[in-house]
Amino acid sequence: MADPDLRENDEPLLVATSLSKSFGRIAACRDVSFALYPGEVLAIVGESGSGKSTLLQLLSGQLAPSAGHVAYRMRDGVTRDLTTLGEAERRFLFRTDWGFVHQDPAQGLRMAVSAGANVGERLMAVGWNHYGRIRDTASDWLTRVEIDIARIDDAPRTYSGGMRQRLQIARNLVTEPRLVFMDEPTGGLDVSVQARLLDLLRGLVAELHLAVIIVTHDLAVARLLSHRVMVMKGGRVIETGLTDQVLDDPREPYTQLLVSSILPP
Amino acid sequence: MTAMIDIADANKTFTMHLQGGIELPVVRGVTFQVNPGECVVLSGPSGAGKSSILKMIFGNYRCDSGRIGIRHRGALIDLASAEPRQVLNVRRSTIGYVSQFLRAVPRVATIDVVAEPLIVNGMARANAQARAGGLLHRLNIPERLWQLPPATFSGGEQQRVNIARGFISDLPILLLDEPTASLDAANSAVVVELVAEKKRQGVAMVAIVHDDEIRHLIADRIVDVTSFAAAA
Repeated sequence: MADPDLRENDEPLLVATSLSKSFGRIAACRDVSFALYPGEVLAIVGESGSGKSTLLQLLSGQLAPSAGHVAYRMRDGVTRDLTTLGEAERRFLFRTDWGFVHQDPAQGLRMAVSAGANVGERLMAVGWNHYGRIRDTASDWLTRVEIDIARIDDAPRTYSGGMRQRLQIARNLVTEPRLVFMDEPTGGLDVSVQARLLDLLRGLVAELHLAVIIVTHDLAVARLLSHRVMVMKGGRVIETGLTDQVLDDPREPYTQLLVSSILPP
Repeated sequence: MTAMIDIADANKTFTMHLQGGIELPVVRGVTFQVNPGECVVLSGPSGAGKSSILKMIFGNYRCDSGRIGIRHRGALIDLASAEPRQVLNVRRSTIGYVSQFLRAVPRVATIDVVAEPLIVNGMARANAQARAGGLLHRLNIPERLWQLPPATFSGGEQQRVNIARGFISDLPILLLDEPTASLDAANSAVVVELVAEKKRQGVAMVAIVHDDEIRHLIADRIVDVTSFAAAA
């Protein structure tokens, strides 16, 4: 896919070093290290139970690692270790510089309040207080994610699955985050709805120069959206590289199995 | 003259783990150079590894050993050992690849599919679209189709869209995988013209062409891939 402005010498946005997480005797994530640069889309692929969702939670500071750490370069240019951030600081990051798109939109949205309020709420959280401006910006974002403005006062529980997911994306992007985490964002959707959502995401990611860490078991999603993939199995990263390299020339037995399991289009 | 592409002793073997770890040698000892303004055509029978070599030059297939030297912004970079970010940079500003088939993006209009490489490199949309239109026109894609996504086009039309997208940029290296395979004589002639123009601009090209007549028209030099046959 397009890769605007991936400069050669800029600083990484997020660096994971030797991340591990055990739940009792079960090692869910073992010794994962990588760097993510601004505007770069990284897909984490693997089957259920491979540790990819645990890794996403570690990276987004929602789960404390058993070992290792995650460094993030804040908007002021200072790099901070996520484990040293206070709860309030982390929540502020989540409201401003980060987004998190859940597989189930109900987890990322407030289902009983209007679509406009769902988007506007994030703006209010960062200090916007002019109702007219908030509503204009919310309308603008609904348009960008292809939701009819006439539906702005309806609650997302009246929306279809695809619309809910697009609304969740608008809610996340309205504060212009630099990094968005996505957990199976097209997971529960029909194929036709998926294609539309992927196309929309692809455009927004390039246009807004977003860094994205996307967890998916769908290699077609990884191919369409990501620059780079990490293949996980048993909590370890077993293969990593440029997306088309890994998918067209997979080396590890497990990656070859994943790639060969894709149904032809 | 300084070569744009400098490949030395590149080797590639596929290990098929799902078939009991069988080793499938592809090419061995691939060594050749391509200078600016030169079109090198890879020859050899089907299965000799021509497409694999193109993919190795594009960084799509990894090499087991050897060097894929690419002149990128004035310096030689080895794609065989480059970081993914470097490979993406090289693809954005140095190497273009015209594959056999268009990997169509759903919902994107043909004119934008063609203009995208220029927009990614910072050209204003209107200018990029104007250039895209010019190329589509030359390749006989009627204007009424420009706003439609190419997914529903015929094979030949898709290939022409693909060629337009590949030739629109001013990249110094271009890889062509059977660019005329599903084209009629008139459109093949346009591709031959486009290749000649790129040569005059100093673009280094590596091509796979099965049609003898077209190969004769575009090749400055032929590299016989059978000399890199992997069988020991």
